[in-house]
Amino acid sequence: MNELLLVVTIGGERVALPSASVESVVELDTLIPVPRAAPHVAGLSALRSRVLTVIDCMRSLELGVTDCSDGIREAAVVELDGHHYALLVDLVEDVVEALSDPAPVRAAMGPGWERASQGMVETETGPLLLVDVAALIAGAEAKAA
Amino acid sequence: VDDLIADFIAECREMLEALGGEIVAWEASPDDRARLDSIFRFVHTVKGNCGFFEFPRLEALSHAAEDALADVRSGRRHADGHLVSAVLAIIDRIGEMIGAIDAGEEMPAGDDSALIDALAPGAEGAATPLTATIAEAAGKASAAPRTIRLSVELLDRVMSTVSDMVLARNELARRLRESSSDVPVDGAFERLSSIIAEMRDAITRTRMQRIENLFVALPRMVRDLSAELGKQILVDIEGGDVELDREMIEMIRDPLTHIIRNAVDHGIELPAERLKAGKREIGILAVSARQSGNQILIDIQDDGRGIDGAKLVDKAIASGTLDKAAAAQLTPREQLALIFEAGLSTAKQVTAISGRGVGMDVVRSNVERIGGIVEVDSRLGEGTRMTLRVPLTLTIIPALTVSIGSQHFAIPRSAIEEIVRANGESVVLEHLGGAGVATIRGRRVPEVSLAQILGLPSELNEEDRTLIVLRPAGGDVYALSVDRIHDHEELVVKPAAPAVMATGLYAGTTLADDGSPILLFDPAGLAEVGGVRLEAQERTARIAEGPATNAGPKFTPVLLFRGLDGARRALRLAVVDRIEEVPADAIREAAGQLRVQVGDSILPLAGARAEDLGDGKVRLFRLNDGSQELGYAFREVIDFAAIEHDVIHAERPGEISGVTLIGGEPAELVDAHWLFANHVGAAARTGDELLCKLPSDDPWMQNMLRPMVEAAGYRVIDDDDASVADLVIASQGDVIGEGDAAQTIWLRTEPEPKGKKDDTIYRYDRAGLLMALKSAGAGRGK
Repeated sequence: MNELLLVVTIGGERVALPSASVESVVELDTLIPVPRAAPHVAGLSALRSRVLTVIDCMRSLELGVTDCSDGIREAAVVELDGHHYALLVDLVEDVVEALSDPAPVRAAMGPGWERASQGMVETETGPLLLVDVAALIAGAEAKAA
Repeated sequence: VDDLIADFIAECREMLEALGGEIVAWEASPDDRARLDSIFRFVHTVKGNCGFFEFPRLEALSHAAEDALADVRSGRRHADGHLVSAVLAIIDRIGEMIGAIDAGEEMPAGDDSALIDALAPGAEGAATPLTATIAEAAGKASAAPRTIRLSVELLDRVMSTVSDMVLARNELARRLRESSSDVPVDGAFERLSSIIAEMRDAITRTRMQRIENLFVALPRMVRDLSAELGKQILVDIEGGDVELDREMIEMIRDPLTHIIRNAVDHGIELPAERLKAGKREIGILAVSARQSGNQILIDIQDDGRGIDGAKLVDKAIASGTLDKAAAAQLTPREQLALIFEAGLSTAKQVTAISGRGVGMDVVRSNVERIGGIVEVDSRLGEGTRMTLRVPLTLTIIPALTVSIGSQHFAIPRSAIEEIVRANGESVVLEHLGGAGVATIRGRRVPEVSLAQILGLPSELNEEDRTLIVLRPAGGDVYALSVDRIHDHEELVVKPAAPAVMATGLYAGTTLADDGSPILLFDPAGLAEVGGVRLEAQERTARIAEGPATNAGPKFTPVLLFRGLDGARRALRLAVVDRIEEVPADAIREAAGQLRVQVGDSILPLAGARAEDLGDGKVRLFRLNDGSQELGYAFREVIDFAAIEHDVIHAERPGEISGVTLIGGEPAELVDAHWLFANHVGAAARTGDELLCKLPSDDPWMQNMLRPMVEAAGYRVIDDDDASVADLVIASQGDVIGEGDAAQTIWLRTEPEPKGKKDDTIYRYDRAGLLMALKSAGAGRGK
């Protein structure tokens, strides 16, 4: 029950990531684009000697494009299948404790959210949508597969 | 206690892995005491530890196996197929239990008594066909080097720390260059640099593992499979000592397993079928590994029924992957390559072993993902050979960095054939229906623009770019135009995330010296995305090549070698006929210079002094200028290379015509013309003939010797000719006139000389005669 959640803002909405999967929160300054990669792959960045694949969460959730032109961006670093990813978010807020198991959201959400949702969790600051990290990384193209 | 259990599990695992091969080998030769002992040791260890940890089921199992094996050891019982199967079953059960303990799960349910009963002499068990193994280096299990057990995570952490350290060092180097230089600081920094480099080497080596680790499990696997299928297969494993990156071994485990399963299931026939086909009942499956350059080749060869290319084509047409017109044009090799297409299998039925939907297409894509290729070769009815070619290591790849606009990319060096400027005189760029075609020295190659493939803006006009001629592994050449070429670098490459790999363009990611990420291209992927058809292009390229060969390549191919004196030298490849090896005593100093006897000809020898030769074998290049031959002694061949840089010419003419950089190091260019001019020039002077007097009344001389003398460049005159000859040849005991000739060769009829002072030559000592003829001719100049 006392799973810890990282509260972040994506596209203006406060959502929760399971903090166990988040390795660290970093500020990215360099971003090397990956030509011809899926649109939600914003590029590559380096954290010490590790290469991070940067995921634009806005695009992954079909909410628009994160503006990367102003330089430093906040991102949550996660590991999936041995690869490290940096999830670009608007803002990293806080770590809170989950007060309930995820429950299905019965109202209609946007298609992007629908795909990435793992359900709603109760926290001290109210209900938050728990987002599936793997779905964010897979992006919009994955739904066909 | 938890720590102790963890140690116990790790130890058991390790022993289990090593045992797989041992047991099967033991079955093949039940009298092999060393194998029996190592299996016994395993069950004994397990039994001992179980008592301590209170795992009663493990203890009962291992105890029973130990008892049975002890009987075999003491000779009370003979190891037969039943016993081996029973012991194997017990070891498998032990493995399962250990896995469960490790995962903290419940013990797998089940009654062990059946397994234990099966050990009893005369117990009924599934009859298993015998599988034999020829394992390389029998009894290698003993006397292992001193080792400790480390977790892989720890090693990886050390590796990445070292990478970080290299980056920090590079950063520091840049800062140091910018600030004013201070000699002691620079010195200390240099020392630090070299220590880091050394450490990086050592760490890289810790990642290497013998491929044996992959191979030990194979005999057991084949045994189980063949038992299930009722086949008889002999496994022959070779090259287990080849070392490969640990990660790489993991990456090829699945493809290799799959290929072997295929070979056992579909390749090798049932014993009855084999007999009918006139083969031995027992099929042979040979697995071998060897290193070739920076690649590892793994061959999996069976003598089974082979692959029917025509059947594959039919299937491909039926499944719609190929149309009939294209099918008719396939070469036999291309037909076989269809096996790698998705959804094709010639197996009549899907069995439990293979054909479970995971096809050769998956094998191929898995191998290609790590930069390797799979080749297939097969003869119907005779067998199939699959070859896996994989790079030695995933981690360090020599690469060329290029840029388009402001972004840098890397291209693996191994795929680069040459680099030319688009506006160079030997290059013509044309567009046909929008497709680029570059004609490089008469060879037509498809040209694609990197900017276009990537959809990036380029700063340069097409003609100002640089063309990189690429040959993807196993494919055909194409030219890639880039904006700028930067550096040759050794890059530490890591696999990229699936989202990046999905583009098909990249082989991995790496970090530049400044710590920023760089993408490494996959040359085959670039071609595919760029729309280059590698197959169709081959024929047209060949046509264009014909007349163009005379246009002359811009670079000169040379043979890079180390001379006897240790100097790095290069010789133009065209003058080198072949390489010979002769015993040092075939080289003699005669008529003012060294000469070497090769077969039955005698060549002047260059590149050596008498004192360098030693007693052993001497290797030499046989140089040929079209009419004359010359030997050039050397210590070792380094490589084939090309002269790419300017040649700094020597001030004085001599053996060395100049110095140039080859492969980043200076090399002396040997002047072949000077060699010929100085070493054979004297002997081959044809201005006036050499005269040789032969006794006219000696039929042996006239009939046997004369042709040889004439072949050596002499004009033969009779002994009553008044002119002074250069040489007289006479039999021992003959009388010749004083002053008849400058030199005399005396011949004797007995093979052995009469004494030490006897300087006559046995008349059938062809080599000795030739040597004497040559030196007599050369001596005339004095």
